[in-house]
Formats: sequence, C-alpha cells, structure tokens
Amino acid sequence: MHISEGVLSPTVLACGYALTAAGTYLGLRRTDYSRLVTTAVLASVFFVASLVHVPLGPGSVHLVLNGLLGLFLGWAAFPALLIALLLQAVFFRYGGLAVLGINTFDMAFPAVLCHYCFRSWLGKAGVVRIAGAFCCGAVSVAGAAVCTALALAFANEGFVTSARILLVAHLPIMLLEGCIVALMVSYIAKNKPELLHFTQ
Amino acid sequence: MSSTAMHQTDPRALLLVAGGAAFCLSCLQSLVVSGTGLALAAIFACVCAPDWRSLLKRLLLANLFVLFIWLTVPWTMPGTDILIIGPVHFSREGLLLAMGVTLKCNAILLIFLTLTADMGLLQMGCALQKLHMPVKLVFLLLFTYRYIHVIAEEWKKLQTAAALRGFMMQTSFHTYKTIGNMLGLTVINSITRSHRIYEAMLLRGFSGDFYLTTELKARRRDIIFVSSCFFVLACLLCADLYVTCCHV
Repeated sequence: MHISEGVLSPTVLACGYALTAAGTYLGLRRTDYSRLVTTAVLASVFFVASLVHVPLGPGSVHLVLNGLLGLFLGWAAFPALLIALLLQAVFFRYGGLAVLGINTFDMAFPAVLCHYCFRSWLGKAGVVRIAGAFCCGAVSVAGAAVCTALALAFANEGFVTSARILLVAHLPIMLLEGCIVALMVSYIAKNKPELLHFTQ
Repeated sequence: MSSTAMHQTDPRALLLVAGGAAFCLSCLQSLVVSGTGLALAAIFACVCAPDWRSLLKRLLLANLFVLFIWLTVPWTMPGTDILIIGPVHFSREGLLLAMGVTLKCNAILLIFLTLTADMGLLQMGCALQKLHMPVKLVFLLLFTYRYIHVIAEEWKKLQTAAALRGFMMQTSFHTYKTIGNMLGLTVINSITRSHRIYEAMLLRGFSGDFYLTTELKARRRDIIFVSSCFFVLACLLCADLYVTCCHV
C-alpha cells in the first residue's frame, strides 16, 4: 500500500528521501547502459503487474512483485522502483512527490535484501528453488509492509494501531505473492533456466 | 492563469511548484492553515484545471489511503472521548489527526493534478534533466514509460489467449498457476526484448550519451509564477509556525 501525501512528518519524509537517494546512487553506479535497458523493461513489468488483480477469497488483490524485481536487479531495484512509483503517482495518483522517497525505500530495501538472501537458492534445483522463490515473494511483501508500518508509527503515535492493522492486512497478500513468485520462477526455470543464474 | 496558460508554462516551473507545494504542505501542523492551503489549492484548480470532472474523479481515487486513516485512526488513537458508540470510543485527537491528513493530502493532490494535467512524460523527462536529475534516471523514466505500453499490450494478448481457452479467474490453484505462467512468460519475453533493444541501440551508434531534442525556455512569466507560488507557500509555513507556537 502506498502512503498518501500529507500523512507523514517532515522528518520521516526527509529520512525516506535520504535512504532512497543512497540506494539509487548505488543502484545507478552498479548499472551500465546495457543493464539499464533491462532495468527499464522490468520496471515496466512491475508497473503492469501492479494492475493485475488476483482473486483472493471474496475480493481481489493486486500483485506487488518487488521481490522478483530485486531478485533480477539487485541494487538497481532502487532506481527501477523509484521510476515505477513516480509513474504510478503521475498516472494513478498513488502516493505522490513528497512521499516518493519513503514509498520507494519501503519497496526497494526488502527487495534488495531478498536478492542477497535468496538468489543462491534459485540456481539450485527442485524444492530449494521453489522455497527460495516463495520466500523471496513473501518476505519482500512482508518487509514492505513492516517498513510502511514503521514509517507510519514514527510519523505520529496516533498511527500505531493503523500500522498494526496494515501489517495484519498484508498477511494473505504475502502468502499469495509468495505462491505467484514461486510459480513464475518455476515457469522460468523450465523455459529459460539461464535467467536464474545470477552472477552479480 | 488559465489551462492554456498552464500548457504554455515551462514544465520545470510546474515541477518545481508541484514539488515545493508537496513538501511545504506536508510540513503543516495547524488545521486552520491546512484548511487555508486546501482553499488556495481549490481556487488554483478552479482557475487552471482543464477538466474539473476528471480532476475530481482522480482525486476521489487518490483518497483511498485517507479513507483507511478515517476508518482506523479516530477510534484507535488515545485521547479525549467525544463520541461513544457501544464499545467504540472516538477521540478528539484522532478525529483532528484524520482531518489534518485529509486537508493536506487533498491540497497537495489538487495542486499536483492541476500542474501535471497537461504535461507529457517526454516534457517531464526533459524538465527533470534540465533540473539536474541524473541522466541515467531520465533514461530509465523515458524507457520505462515507452515499454509500459508494449508490455501491457503483450499482457492483454496473453489474457485474451487464456480467455479463448475458457480460463476464468477464481480463487483456485489453477488460476494462480495460470497467472504465474503468464507472468513468467512476460518476464522471459521482457528480458529477451531488452537485450534486443540494447543491440538495436548499439547498431544505431548509441555510446551512452542521451540527447533530448525538446528545448525548454524559461520566460519572465515563468519566473514570476514560481516566485509568487513559493511566496504563498512561505507565507503558509510562517502562518503555521505562528499558529503552532502561539497555540492560537
């Protein structure tokens, strides 16, 4: 869930921008133009996937796929998510300019963590690969929810219970995202396994 | 300044004002000053917005998070009770916090929607580059925008193909597996496509320099527009500081 404008305190907004600037700097420094095209195309996939609504019980939820982006891009997930979230703010008014920093950090930081924790699992065969992909999808969404909840809780003590509700609401999304990423990775492993051998 | 005049304004000026307004209005603490900010934003939108109906529709959509705040904060924030319905106690502090968020969020969004309504992404990319945003980020912005349409088109084709084979979305493993396969195929095609794009760029002599052909010229009226907007925002910040410090 994107945090809207006007919710967070100036301190949290400034911290969000500082952390995102550091992550984006690292991401851009490690990415040459050949990888930048892949980064742009995967940022487009993230944007389109966020419009895909998957049925869950009586309602439906939209996919996040920040973990998958982190898996393929590493630190470049920061600039990719920064741009994708800027485009979402421009086209759909999700988030905004002032909260772009914190919203990017919430999504990109867990994605980069998942890249380093689970990328080696994906090069292996069978259950390990599926488990790695599931954890990558689920942990990245859980991390994003935790970061968003922390940002809310630090902004004002009145948001603490809202932050808790937000966390609980993300539990089913976390499991669904884990399943979808596991199924995606399983498809990629069958049809283009070389994409899963990360060298970065 | 009408919508036509807004269209003719330098996009750098529009982005500076949108960013400045977002940051300044986010800093407001007082409800009265936030309300004044929203009133000024509404007047600005009345004068400049090209299409009021579409603006309001977008504004409503953007208020989903504000709705979440209204549904959770007033009865969970500790404070002085002002309304008790059964076991639920609504606190004065919670209602004021939700009200403040609503005022600030809508003020910022109104300004942002009005300023960027006529702005194309290419213009925005040029303006950001002229505002010293890293070239690689501008490259990423323009390429991501370009390929969103291509990938959305590909996704639609996959959806149509699945629908023609009788696929229906429901909460089942079959649905998740089908969506996972379709997304997996989209990722494979996207990465393969990105390699082809880069090879095509190299064949056309791409060497890392990214030229934008749109020329931007700041005129006197753009400078006056930015200065007056920042003056109003500074007045709002000063008023907020005064009201908060003096507890008016």
